[in-house]
Amino acid sequence: MKRFLAIGFIIAPLVAHAVTPGEMLPDPAMEARARAITSELRCLVCQNQSVDDSDAALARDLRVLVREKLKEGMSNAEVKEYVHSRYGDFVLLRPPLKLGTILLWAAPFLALLAGAAAVWSAARRRRGPAAPVELTAEERARLEALGLSAPQGGNLKK
Amino acid sequence: MIVETGHYALVLALALALLQFAIPFAGARLNDPALMRVARPTAIAQFSFLALAYGALTYAHVVSDFSLINVIENSHSLKPFIYKISGVWGNHEGSMLLWVLVLSLCGALIAIFSSAMPDKLRADALSVQGLLGAAFLLFILLTSNPFARVGQPPWEGRDLNPILQDPGLAIHPPLLYLGYVGFSIVFSFAAAALIGGRIDAAWARFARPWTLFAWVALTLGIAMGSYWAYYTLGWGGFWFWDPVENASLMPWIAGTALLHSAAVMEKREALKVWTIFLSILAFSLSLLGTFLVRSGVLTSVHAFASDPERGVFILGILIFFIGGALALFALRAGSLPVGGLFAPISREGALVVNNLLLSASCATVVIGTLYPLALEALTGEKISVGPPFFNTVLIPIALPLALLMPIGQMLAWKRSDLSAALARLRAAFAAGVAAAAALGAWQGTPFLSIVSAGIAVYLVVGGVSDIVQRAAFRASSAGAVVSRLRGMPLSAWGTSISHAGMGLTLLGLAATGWGVENIVAMKPGDYYDVGPYKLGIEEVSPRNGPNYSEIYAVMAVRSGGETIARIEPAKRFYQARKMQRSEAGIVTLGLGQVYAAIGESHPDGTIDARIYWKPFVTLIWIGALVMAFGGACSLADRRLRIGVARRASAVAMPEAAE
Repeated sequence: MKRFLAIGFIIAPLVAHAVTPGEMLPDPAMEARARAITSELRCLVCQNQSVDDSDAALARDLRVLVREKLKEGMSNAEVKEYVHSRYGDFVLLRPPLKLGTILLWAAPFLALLAGAAAVWSAARRRRGPAAPVELTAEERARLEALGLSAPQGGNLKK
Repeated sequence: MIVETGHYALVLALALALLQFAIPFAGARLNDPALMRVARPTAIAQFSFLALAYGALTYAHVVSDFSLINVIENSHSLKPFIYKISGVWGNHEGSMLLWVLVLSLCGALIAIFSSAMPDKLRADALSVQGLLGAAFLLFILLTSNPFARVGQPPWEGRDLNPILQDPGLAIHPPLLYLGYVGFSIVFSFAAAALIGGRIDAAWARFARPWTLFAWVALTLGIAMGSYWAYYTLGWGGFWFWDPVENASLMPWIAGTALLHSAAVMEKREALKVWTIFLSILAFSLSLLGTFLVRSGVLTSVHAFASDPERGVFILGILIFFIGGALALFALRAGSLPVGGLFAPISREGALVVNNLLLSASCATVVIGTLYPLALEALTGEKISVGPPFFNTVLIPIALPLALLMPIGQMLAWKRSDLSAALARLRAAFAAGVAAAAALGAWQGTPFLSIVSAGIAVYLVVGGVSDIVQRAAFRASSAGAVVSRLRGMPLSAWGTSISHAGMGLTLLGLAATGWGVENIVAMKPGDYYDVGPYKLGIEEVSPRNGPNYSEIYAVMAVRSGGETIARIEPAKRFYQARKMQRSEAGIVTLGLGQVYAAIGESHPDGTIDARIYWKPFVTLIWIGALVMAFGGACSLADRRLRIGVARRASAVAMPEAAE
């Protein structure tokens, strides 16, 4: 879908294959870790594809690199940090939490809070007792002329 | 000549759009019915001329008139006929033309189906619609003219991007645009109401069918696009949280919120200000989406700078209309009367919570989409906001919303009893827990899939519980139940069906966690595991299509040693653009699908393949179809259709009809 919507400025030709059997590690557990890591890395030369999905040469290099580092015994976090230190924040599809991204990560909670506050204040405003309106002397006179007396306390709710 | 006629029709449409804006607007201010009456014929005429222009461009594509830049760049004489037609909107200029065509169609629809509306409201709404049309027609004529010619026509065109040569493309964009642009109607209504200063339940009754109409189209458009991505892109993904996809999701969420708040406004005269705001918001987000997709700002901030004319122009339109509408809103909202009162535990209260959660999701998608652009523009820092972010922050909002949906349905208007509502959902809770336990035992982890699947089943059962219980309440016979069900207003059916559809989609999404993927170098004759099935290559051969050549593999899907289906994944090569595209081989088994895509062939006879078993995956789109069907049911409700309130037919109803 993104491909269609992006028509007009698609540059990279699309090829189907991302991870190929040749790249895969023999150990299924380690391979699964590699897939988990690369699916959260951005292919830097593609239009919003993960390294795991992309067929670009650079993505392939990164897939191989990640697998090599895993074979060397690095943990998932260490591999991610390694790639992060080489390519910067842009490579992480899950933006790191730091000064520049606090607002981003807080956005859903702020939106909920702001919404809840708005609902609360609207409800309060609405349910607050309508201010009693004093009858003017003229109204009182008209009421009495009709043979009625002003309601209790002389107030009418409008 | 035909092309010039089309070009001229486009210019005339602009003139008509300007008339449609100016004359009725003046008429409404001067209280002159003659001037206001100009609105309807000009709206219909504007649509007619745009249809003419669009027809002319289609003609140029069909006859492969390579004197048009647009045809050269996006067509090829050998391209199959259907793609010559769908290729008209498969490019920037053509898709903008489709955009205004649909916009003018919306104007014409208002003109035709608005007899019950007050003259002033109609005149103002059509006037706003005219102004919108004029802005986008100017954009097309000044920056994106599809009718531009070249001095020396080449013999052959450059063909349409191969991934767009697909039947999916023939349906997806028109539906999507009908949805996107359909929200312009509600936008115009809101602007007209703010200009006129009268906002009441009647307004909501006029606006709601159009909201439903746009929402149904957008739902179908998004679902279509996502299925198309699923089978075209070759790795079985269907949603990527790509900014361009988010561009269509934002108005969908806002539109969903609007549907619900408009219901409150129509029934109870409450949430008026909020409903008007959402009406403006839904279309504003459509405009924002158009800007994001059409300006090139998404590919990179630099692409925007390389073609600043288009981007800046749309940005101008965006600021003018959104800013204008919001300014009008700020000016008038304070003076709008406050509507009906309700207790927190009531249908209205539930719908307020619904709107709160939907708005928060919508804001999250908007912020997640725009944040990287804003951050780069402000600080030069580049970050990526991808699927992990959206999944992390949206699932905690979406699941509680799903939990609340059936509860809201069970609550009565004005004041209700929560424990009674929950008691009526006992069956749904039980079904959800049982489903989660069964699916968990059968498919195993991930935990999130188990929980989501349980909530999904609860949502399906809970969605239909309301009408079923109402029909079965102390019914004397089966016949009584059936006649009660038939007497139920269509909009009650619509709610139940749509909510159940949402549940089906959620179940499909939950089941993605149970999918099986196998990446192998397949050797012909050998069989490989894919979920409960085995898959093997029987044959690999080359073949020629009309404008491509391909290598395809015939794969047999086996279950218990017997071949139950054959699929043909292929790899296509399009000569004109020297591009490859994969064609997935898919077979639906039950509600799941076996999905295969092939890659490189090796000298030893093996061929790289990705094979998948995707349990319940079809429910994602079936659910969307069901949701849209529910919307269509509501739309068919007589009360909305003719804009007159009506009591449900004389069939005894144990509880309030809606």
